[in-house]
Amino acid sequence: MGTGLHPPGKTARGAALHQPADAPAAREAARRRLPEGRALEPARHLYVHLPFCAHRCGYCDFVTVVGRRDHHAAYVDALLAELELERASLAAELETVFLGGGTPTFTALPELLRLLRALPAAEEVTVEANPETVTAEVASALRAAGVTRVSLGAQSFQPRLLEVLDRVAGPDDVRRAVHHLRDAGFDNISLDLVYGIPGQSASDLDADLGAALELQPEHLSCYELEAKPGTRFTHAWGAELARQAEALEGYFERVVDRLTGSGYRWYETANFCRTDDAQGRDLRARHNLAYWLGRDYLGLGIGAVSTIENRRWRNTPRLGRYLAALAAGRAPEREVEPLDPGVRARERALLGLRLDQPLSLAGLRFVLDEAGLARMERLGLAVHEHETLALTRRGRFLGGAVAAELLI
Amino acid sequence: MEQARIRNFSIIAHIDHGKSTLADRILELTETVSAREMRDQLLDSMELERERGITIKAQAVRVAWKGHELNLIDTPGHVDFTYEVSRSLQACEGAVLVVDAAQGVEAQTLANAYLAIENGLEVVPVANKIDLPQADPDATAVEVADLLGDDPTQVLRISAKTGDGVAAVLDAVVERVPPPAGDPDAPPRALVFDSSYDQYRGVVAFVRVVDGSFSRREPLRAMATGTRFDAEELGFFSPTMTPVDSLSAGEVGYVVTGLKDVSRLRVGDTLTSVRRPASEPLPGYQDVKPMVFAGLFPTDSDDYPELRDALERLELNDAALVYEPETSQALGFGFRCGFLGLLHMEIVRERLEREFGLDLLVTAPNVAYRVKERTGRWLEVHNPAEFPREVEEVDEPYVAASIIVPKDYVGAVMELCTERRGTFGRLEYLSPDRVHLTYDLPLAEIVLDFYDQLKSRTRGYASFDYDLAGFKPGDLVRVDVLVAGEPVDALSLVVHRDFAYDRSRLLVEKLREEIPRQLFDVAIQAAIGSRVIARETVKAKRKDVLAKCYGGDITRKRKLLEKQKAGKKRMKRVGAVEVPQEAFLAVLNIGQSGRG
Repeated sequence: MGTGLHPPGKTARGAALHQPADAPAAREAARRRLPEGRALEPARHLYVHLPFCAHRCGYCDFVTVVGRRDHHAAYVDALLAELELERASLAAELETVFLGGGTPTFTALPELLRLLRALPAAEEVTVEANPETVTAEVASALRAAGVTRVSLGAQSFQPRLLEVLDRVAGPDDVRRAVHHLRDAGFDNISLDLVYGIPGQSASDLDADLGAALELQPEHLSCYELEAKPGTRFTHAWGAELARQAEALEGYFERVVDRLTGSGYRWYETANFCRTDDAQGRDLRARHNLAYWLGRDYLGLGIGAVSTIENRRWRNTPRLGRYLAALAAGRAPEREVEPLDPGVRARERALLGLRLDQPLSLAGLRFVLDEAGLARMERLGLAVHEHETLALTRRGRFLGGAVAAELLI
Repeated sequence: MEQARIRNFSIIAHIDHGKSTLADRILELTETVSAREMRDQLLDSMELERERGITIKAQAVRVAWKGHELNLIDTPGHVDFTYEVSRSLQACEGAVLVVDAAQGVEAQTLANAYLAIENGLEVVPVANKIDLPQADPDATAVEVADLLGDDPTQVLRISAKTGDGVAAVLDAVVERVPPPAGDPDAPPRALVFDSSYDQYRGVVAFVRVVDGSFSRREPLRAMATGTRFDAEELGFFSPTMTPVDSLSAGEVGYVVTGLKDVSRLRVGDTLTSVRRPASEPLPGYQDVKPMVFAGLFPTDSDDYPELRDALERLELNDAALVYEPETSQALGFGFRCGFLGLLHMEIVRERLEREFGLDLLVTAPNVAYRVKERTGRWLEVHNPAEFPREVEEVDEPYVAASIIVPKDYVGAVMELCTERRGTFGRLEYLSPDRVHLTYDLPLAEIVLDFYDQLKSRTRGYASFDYDLAGFKPGDLVRVDVLVAGEPVDALSLVVHRDFAYDRSRLLVEKLREEIPRQLFDVAIQAAIGSRVIARETVKAKRKDVLAKCYGGDITRKRKLLEKQKAGKKRMKRVGAVEVPQEAFLAVLNIGQSGRG
């Protein structure tokens, strides 16, 4: 291990991911040579969870660990130990690596860099970051360690709304972080925005979108705030959210209108990318695209999920138990979910329908509800032609309900 | 037993005034049952009867008292069963009228007392519950005496609960109630005042022998229906079935018929001997017709065969229940059932759910209509979905309603009755504080929520009783409900033209709340013929998709989809619209008070 990552300049185009049929013959040959007992098609996508955060934001329901700086080194050791245990599930060459959190950039920098250098090479390496953690030093260190893409959790540009979300960074922190990243040579930056924040008016939303667009990110992810039951946030704001529910219903369309009007491609339910790249790159998030195309992936770290062939497993979310198991050379405790072909097919369909490209129905026919399909076509929500299925614009806004109609 | 020593009597009372408790005390006092065998309300044999504290099936028990044979005939206590009550009373010469001394005369007290007087019975009035601190036996005695044209001193003061005064009631029955007057040597005649079904022995008829006598194994004939059978067994209840060789004039008992269908032997019919037949039946037989109808549908359509079997079995025990298969485009396969009234409907529904474990959807009840079509042909309609859209004339059933209420609530009651198209009859003071009102009301106006409204507008003080009072013309129209342009048969209703607009508006509003938002706008319209009189729209959803969906979210997302699909299964599909079953009950909840 530790062969280092592709230098940024050599980042490969993502064509192989999008058109598997065109994959180089050599790669296919490599797959066939795999020794028996190993996954037939090892995962080409690796997720690494870095749970540490300076504090926990009220609306967050991810697996996070606040503080515990003394555990960062042990955690990186454990991640690398788990990687060794799972090596057989991974392809020799990876397409993508994604470091998510938590706040990966909150991890002690030497430990983060040690991790990055030890991970297998990949064509796209993304790191999530909170704006306040991105200094000039961090930006250039990430770049030097082979990171090709940074996803910044901006969420909003209005102090009042950021406060509601418990975010530490202010609007200027976001702008500063983007500039540090640009200065360090990053040419693929994504911003996360949240809408539907309690107290957020339509013009607040427009202002946030405008502020984000000014920074000319290659990629934008826009999520409606999900007030999950049981969180501190829902307790505090649930009533306010219920009051503004009707107004919020139009925000999704507002986001899509504004971003597509500014030249972004609405390629996934909540994700947008620029189409005017000077180098002609496909700026979709390749790692996430793998999820939506139903690819296998390996996840490392607490709470991380892996899906390989007919099995999905989730690691224990408890830091102590995870560290103890791997220190003892054992795999961490896992919740395993068997996935039969019907389940995988339904998942492939419901994930694929989130994309703007038509879903190929090859191998998916048996999970399709023909009567439901006819109804959705009549309502102008889905289009079925040449063995592919695509949702119309309105169909995409209603994607969850439409998928429930289309699938058995 | 010689006729002169026989006394046949009933106990009649308003609900909860203590009829069953008095019956229990009588059985104890006469040692008909030992204390060990004594269960509260022994006569009410069905589980449901004990729980609801009402009597559904009349029974007759023979008790011995000071050298006399007393037959206590229990009567059903509710308005829906007036016909059965009157047949039970016809089997008696006397009635003990029980009035709660803390409540005074109530609507059913009046109705039952009038029924007893009409049947020529000697009424023995009793003020019950004198052990209660709030009891006012003197005032009650005055009220009851006024009602009967009697002397207040004739009103016995008792507590059925403690047993105080119960012996005096039995003494009064022996002294005041005349012995039966039939002719022991005439051709035999017996009145069937009730029946029940035993799965091994078939129909068991409860009879009062009026003339002559009946012997075991004798071939018998029911004079109204013409049904013939052999008396497989004769006997009386004490309180268990006690076989005898014969039953003679004046006696009360049972006949095991071996018949497999209760409808072949109706309450009110006259039994006679095939060998020595009577020429004239006893008076009073009526073919009881159901007046209230509702659709019964299994919540899970797979349960249809179970519902059919359950109705077949209930029908064996309940000659008043009628049903026929009904197919609703919205609710699937079920049955349109006819009932004597609302309580009867409620009892049938509860028995189906409780005894047969069925999960039912019961549509809003409606009444029977007599409709003259444009062709001049008359038809009887039991289902709004079959009500012709164009009619020449419609007659609807009316009731004579009797309401007793404290004088402070007279205004509220009059207002309610007026809202319900009532015609005022008369108003009389039973006492300085209590008023008796009578109204003629369309039955259709009381089947939904009249009783609830009456209770709430009088803080629960009003008591209510009614008698069917024939058909009268009414300006009635059929209102159809269309969901996304499709008429929904299960939601059609028949209303008076003056109320059509308001009720339609309330109904479509209610439906808008009940029908979840769909993937497209759903129009809900109420229409008379092709004219839309009310409209609401369930706006289409604009958004229904989870924002975030990455590697760790996929299982949750899939499970959400599975949940959405499971939710759809519980919906009924009307065209392209998914309608929850509850929406079909919206008609029940259109809170007609909103009209006022």
